[in-house]
Amino acid sequence: MEPIVLNYQVDGEDFSTAGEASSAVKKALKQLGFSPDVIRRVAIAMYEGEINMVIHADGGEATAEISQEEIRIILADRGPGIKDIDLAMQEGYSTAPEEVRNLGFGAGMGLPNIKKYSDELKIESTPGVGTTLRILIRT
Amino acid sequence: MEYFHSVTLDPERCRGCITCVKRCPTEAIRVKDGKATIIKERCIDCGECIRVCPHRAKKAVYDKLSMLDQFEYKVALPAPALFGQYNNLENVDYILNGLLDLGFDDVFEVARAAELVSECTRLKLANEDCPKPLISTACPAVVRLVRVRFPKLIPHLLMVRAPVEIAASIARREAMEATGLPSEKIGVFFISPCPAKVTAVRQPLGTNITDIDGVLAISDVYKPLLNAMNKIQHPKTLSESGLTGISWAYTGGEATSLLRTKYLAADGMENVIKILEEIEDEKLQDLDFVELGACNSGCVGGCLNIENPYIALTRIRQVRKYMPVSNNRIKDYTLSPEEYLCDKPVEYDPVLQLDLDLGRAMQKMQEIQKIEKILPGIDCASCGSPSCHTFAVDVVEGSADISDCLILLKKQLEETKNDECS
Repeated sequence: MEPIVLNYQVDGEDFSTAGEASSAVKKALKQLGFSPDVIRRVAIAMYEGEINMVIHADGGEATAEISQEEIRIILADRGPGIKDIDLAMQEGYSTAPEEVRNLGFGAGMGLPNIKKYSDELKIESTPGVGTTLRILIRT
Repeated sequence: MEYFHSVTLDPERCRGCITCVKRCPTEAIRVKDGKATIIKERCIDCGECIRVCPHRAKKAVYDKLSMLDQFEYKVALPAPALFGQYNNLENVDYILNGLLDLGFDDVFEVARAAELVSECTRLKLANEDCPKPLISTACPAVVRLVRVRFPKLIPHLLMVRAPVEIAASIARREAMEATGLPSEKIGVFFISPCPAKVTAVRQPLGTNITDIDGVLAISDVYKPLLNAMNKIQHPKTLSESGLTGISWAYTGGEATSLLRTKYLAADGMENVIKILEEIEDEKLQDLDFVELGACNSGCVGGCLNIENPYIALTRIRQVRKYMPVSNNRIKDYTLSPEEYLCDKPVEYDPVLQLDLDLGRAMQKMQEIQKIEKILPGIDCASCGSPSCHTFAVDVVEGSADISDCLILLKKQLEETKNDECS
């Protein structure tokens, strides 16, 4: 069977809408009847990635490809890119601006959390061009 | 399992408008053949449709005062919200004495049992193994929502019997001791602010037994009780509830009775859903307790009340003024510790799942996506479903036909006309 594809434009202008795409994917996974653990991992990993796109890259495109065996999440933006991926993967390292930190974001746990909750994480990033995260979660 | 619901439709009054269809928080209503129909499995008895129906076609099912005649000895269990319904009420004893004049032999305030539930909850929270945040089970509509939509949160539910159930058990026992009558000759009646509690009495949370015989609506009792109260000169002292018990009538009352600061209290279905989502995503982990109510302001906002919720709330603040913080302790009653707790687990009810088989559910979602692409996407609800998305789901489930979409039909007609012209 072809995977189910859900596609969302993540708005970078309006911080209050951040998290809507992951919320919609969560709802769909519940309707399909995936286990609470899978739903939880997808929801958290995708949420962290979505928030990152809003904070650092003025939004982008979020896609979820759902099949029985695995769920793939692709988060693609045309933001500034990540200069040093190894450094960005370190817990606590953050380049988030002050105003976002005041909201409780930017603790430097986004990427480490995505890695923690996913089975595979691939980051393709070119400074000045953009970043694409490919997250795989096996069901 | 067959679901009982206390929200029903009067087909004579229903004109098939889409007001309730659009406002139902669980998308449980469809207009079929010109009349609103409720999908039983999805209804959580929140009463929103009763509140919004411009033709008063939506009704709550509850028992009538005449049911008292079936019993030899009758006990009234007034909900705390009842105390907010009357103007210039100095003390709740007028209400309790008035209930005796209506034909009840005794009264037992639900607020008293609420204080006992608060004590149970404080004990639970003090236990290290307690899942946090603990989620209140005071609002049956919220519990039902958790059961159908938030299975991961079921272990967070407070598995203590509802105050009204505990009140009924104590009241029945006391009545049997006082009169020597057998249980079946004693009628225990709850005076309820909302239809969800009517349903909850027929299908109590986490138990099969109930000591409640009938549920009356505050709106039904209001007038005869007012007449009875007007005749009272010197009310006997009957009230035995404290400030915290009475405060369960409004949002935050239950949470503050726990004497802890890390709580969240919210009401209104939209807020409730949002908060449950946040707990599910593990974003509210530092909280001890979450109190959620379907109605604005909590139980005083229930659709079987007479008074505006904010006015009722203000009155309750007045009437509770010189009461002790709490007047009821577990040690004062003869119930065993087990009798406070639910004895049956609450189970996930996957009524919102497309199919119990994952493969078939995925096929259905793909079909839904295909149908959604050809639909206009304006969510006009003329088809009888609340949105184009739910309509697509209904078509795939076989409960609607694609030809029910008027916009598509219009488009087809225009195309045929153009074809004929050319």
